[in-house]
Order: sequence, then structure tokens, then C-alpha cells
Amino acid sequence: MKLKEGQIRIPSGCAISAVISREGKRMTGEKIIESMKPMHDRSNGLGGGFAAYGIYPEYKEFYALHIFYDDNTSRHTCEQFLKDGFEIVRAENIPTRKHKNITDEPLIWRYFVAPLASVLARMQLDEKEYTARIVMKINTEIDGAYVFSSGKNMGAFKAVGYPEDVGEFYRLDEYGAYLWTAHGRYPTNTPGWWGGAHPFGLLDYTIVHNGEISSYDANRRFIEMFGYKCTLQTDTEVITYIADYLMRKQGLTLEETASVIAAPFWSTIENREDKELLKYLRCTYGGLLITGPFSIILGFNGGLMALNDRLKLRSMVVGEKDDKIFIASEEAAIRTMEPDAENIYSPAGGEPVIVRVKEGVEL
Amino acid sequence: MHIDASKLEFGELNEIIRNTEADVEITGCMGQRFIAAGLSDRKISIEGVPGNALGAYLNGAKITVGGNAQDAVGDTMNEGGIYIRGSVGDAAGYAMRGGEIFVRGNAGYRAGIHMKAYKEKHPTLVIGGRAGSFLGEYQAGGTIVVLGLNEDGKSIVGNFPCTGMHGGKMFLRGSCEGIAFPKQVTTHLADEAEKAELRPLAERFCAMFDLDTDEIMNEDFTVVLPDTKNPFKQMYVTN
Repeated sequence: MKLKEGQIRIPSGCAISAVISREGKRMTGEKIIESMKPMHDRSNGLGGGFAAYGIYPEYKEFYALHIFYDDNTSRHTCEQFLKDGFEIVRAENIPTRKHKNITDEPLIWRYFVAPLASVLARMQLDEKEYTARIVMKINTEIDGAYVFSSGKNMGAFKAVGYPEDVGEFYRLDEYGAYLWTAHGRYPTNTPGWWGGAHPFGLLDYTIVHNGEISSYDANRRFIEMFGYKCTLQTDTEVITYIADYLMRKQGLTLEETASVIAAPFWSTIENREDKELLKYLRCTYGGLLITGPFSIILGFNGGLMALNDRLKLRSMVVGEKDDKIFIASEEAAIRTMEPDAENIYSPAGGEPVIVRVKEGVEL
Repeated sequence: MHIDASKLEFGELNEIIRNTEADVEITGCMGQRFIAAGLSDRKISIEGVPGNALGAYLNGAKITVGGNAQDAVGDTMNEGGIYIRGSVGDAAGYAMRGGEIFVRGNAGYRAGIHMKAYKEKHPTLVIGGRAGSFLGEYQAGGTIVVLGLNEDGKSIVGNFPCTGMHGGKMFLRGSCEGIAFPKQVTTHLADEAEKAELRPLAERFCAMFDLDTDEIMNEDFTVVLPDTKNPFKQMYVTN
């Protein structure tokens, strides 16, 4: 039997890249795919993926569920389960094109759904919480089904392969997004499963991650107290849940979230003006401090946050041009997207880079 | 010899460089790694963005870069020079044991990590702007100079400079008030003799990047040395 993620531990290296238009202008996926090419050798062909925001404006009131199925049996089981809780306004295959380097694809479906009002009323849950719980339930209980994207007006696209091939496979040149993130994976010991590629997502939060966190188990133990189930044993999954927990459930801001997961050293906190807040965050959420190397880009509806671990053990570069901000593991990736990118800099470890689409822009 | 690197993968580019004895001018560089690795006695000039580990194990070649470079410039270089008009990423001069690296702009984290010197080998790293955290981490030899010519108002070095430093010497322009150095190093303002020692290096740096040596030298320099009375013994646990 082929081992899937969750049955085997996967350490990984990687490449990440992102572009966002602060004006909310739509960009096709071609540039972000190009940006991964100079970083080709940071991946080894065992995982590539993209997250795109603003791609489903005609269905923006509905959760877009992207689901991998092993076979039609698991699809039928999952669809039956979904119908109990959601109105499904559209169900379809995600369009792909044949690609010589992308093989063994599972069934890849997407559904635009809305939780049934009667179910929400009975369970006394808001729609986000309900949808998140259903995603967890499918991923842990329905054999052969895996929800890999579950936000509104956004979607993740991922596969086993090099990211530039994955982008062509999913026809990302045909989507228009105001925010793209991308990932090329270099797991050193993988069974090679599509669900284990990045981005990882829950609701509209997605994470692409370059690194190998050493606090995985401490973080997992903490986050599983709150109903999250880490099924894949990959560190990126736990980071996604941490982001969801801190921001959606605890109401922390992005900056506060950054101060929890990449908390400054105590010696640094002592000299900071906001030391009371930093102390509070470190004490309250100590179990969510992420140690070990990482550079991540967290995408969400309306913006992104890029963050390095506090020791800055991974590279990350930021640049801009006109309404666009570019972030990548290497400057070469940024220059590929925009040769004339300006104000290139590397944020310090633990210093979040937060970019939002301007207020008032219709997404 | 001119090479348009825009369509070349790193292996192809480096093979072309290895297979010629001429000086090389590279344009359209876009992230190719290991350029000029181990190369001796040649001149390489680069336009575009060279990839990680530029000039790794360099053995005498001289590399000039018109813009920025990425991570691990001059990793373990032995001899020669790397001259960069822009900024560099993390870990510039990683474990270098000879030759020199001049960076006109800023350096990322861990510049000069574990530089070392031996007999006639004496590596030198000069940074025109500012350096990130952990500058000179575990420095064992050689000279690191940071001039702080950056105009973004940020500190000349980030947090935790010289952690684990146990050899070599560092010159930081200015009095470095407010910068916390570890207990294993000592700091003092450079005296006339030390400034005279630094001057020829500053002159060469300034000549290369059209800067005014007098203006730069006409300020205090902080000298950082390992404290021989309080040697670096342990960071984490007693073994």
C-alpha cells in the first residue's frame, strides 16, 4: 500500500513567491508561474501549488470547495455528506490540461456551496465555523476524499510536480486574481501525495511555507485542544490552523499573530516599547510559538502577510512596482515577474510584511 | 567573452565559464547558482541577479556585480575578490578563509558567519550600508567592517552581533551606543593606530564605489574583539 502523508514524516525545503495588486487588479497566473522558474532547483518535483484570490467573483457569496478524490465511490460518499449541510449551486471538475510531467492525478472537483440556514440555526454556529468543521470532518472521516481549498472567491491548486508544470496543468493562465501565492516543494522523504503539496488552506486562509519547524508537536498538541485535527504531520498544516485559531477564533490582528508565532526573544522584548503586549502574547500563547526555520506567506481575502522565523533561518525578499508588491524566496523570482521592481529589501526575522488591497476596492 | 545567461540553467552557465580561459561578462543573469564556484585568476562581471552561493570556494577570481546578489555570497571562499554594487542576502562570506568581499549596499543576516584566518590567509568583508542580525556569528578570524552608509535610518547592525565571536576583528562606524554585544567580546573606540590600519582598506572601498574616504574616516569607529580573558565557552548547555 502506498503511504500517504500523515503516515510518514516529511521534512521539506522549498521556494515561495507571491504578488498582490493593492488596486485589486486581476492578474492571470502566467507571471507567478514564471517566477518559480529561476527557483526551480529549490524544489524537487514532489509538490507545487498556487493560491489565487478573487478568481470566482460570480460565486463570491459561496464557499468554493476544491476536493481530491481517490475514486468515484469516495466522491459519491462525500457529495451525499455535503448535501446534508449545504446547498450546492454548482459542481464540476476543475479544468486541467494534459501535461507530460503531471501524472497519477486524482479526481479533482470543485463545488460552490452555501451552508443551509436551517442547519446553522439548529447547530447555533456561524457559517465559517460550520464550514471549517465540515472540512475537518471530510478530511478525517471520509476515506479517499480530501478538501484542499475551502474559502470564498479564492482557490488553491496543487499537485505532485514542479510548480511551473502544476500551474500549466491547472490552466492558471485562464484565472484572474488580485493575489497569487506559489510554492515549490522539496520534501526529502515523501510518499508523494497531492494533498501534501502547498498551499494548505482552511476557509480563506492559505499558507505557503519554506522551512522545517521544530515545534511541530508542541504546536499540534496545543491546537488540537481546540478542535483542529492535524492529519498530515506536515508543519504547514499546523501553521494554517494556528492562523485560523488566532485570527478567526481569538480575534487577534495580523501583527499580534506574528508576535505569537515568531515571538521576539525575552531579551529583545525587554527593550521594546510594546513590551507589555508582547509579554502577554508570549505568555498566553506560548504553545503556538513556532521555532525552527520558516518563511511563510499567509494569504487571505483582501491581503497577505509574509513572515520569517525570528532567527531568520530562511531567505525572503520583498519588492514593489506601482500597485504591486512582490515577495519571494529569491530576488531573481521578483525580477522575473517585474524586472524594474523597486525598494527590494529583506524583512528582519519576525518582522511581518502585511499588504492589503486598498479599502473600497470591490473584490 | 560575453554570455547571455537569460536562457541558461545554472549548470549550463557554469560549464561555459569553466570551459573558457577568458574573462567573462555575464548579462541577463537571473538566479543561477554557484557562479564562478572554485574559480581562479579570472575576471567575471555580472549584470542581473546572480543566484545563491555566488563565488563559493572562490580561488583567486575577481567577481563584480552591478546590482544585488542573493544568499551565501563567497561561501567558503579561499582567495580572490567579490565586489557588489547593490546589497546581498543572508550569510555573505559564510566561513570564508581568504580574499575579500566588498558590498556597497546592505547585508542580510549572519554576514561573515564563521570567517576564519590562518597564516597568510586573512579574509576581509566590508559592508557599505548596514548588516542584519548575527553579524560575525562565530567569527574566528579575519576582518569585518560595516560603514553604516544606509539612509533608511535603521541601526548599523541588527540584534545579537558577534554571538560566539572568538577570533578576528570587527570595525563598526560610529560609537554603537545602544547596541548590545555579548559578554565574550570587548568594544572600544578605534585609536589613531587602528584607524591607520583601517584606512588603506577604506580607501580601496571608496575608490571602487566613488565615495569620499576622508568623510568616512572622519568619524569614530567601534572596534570589536573577542575578550581573551572571558573566552566563549558555551551557548546552550554544559557538556
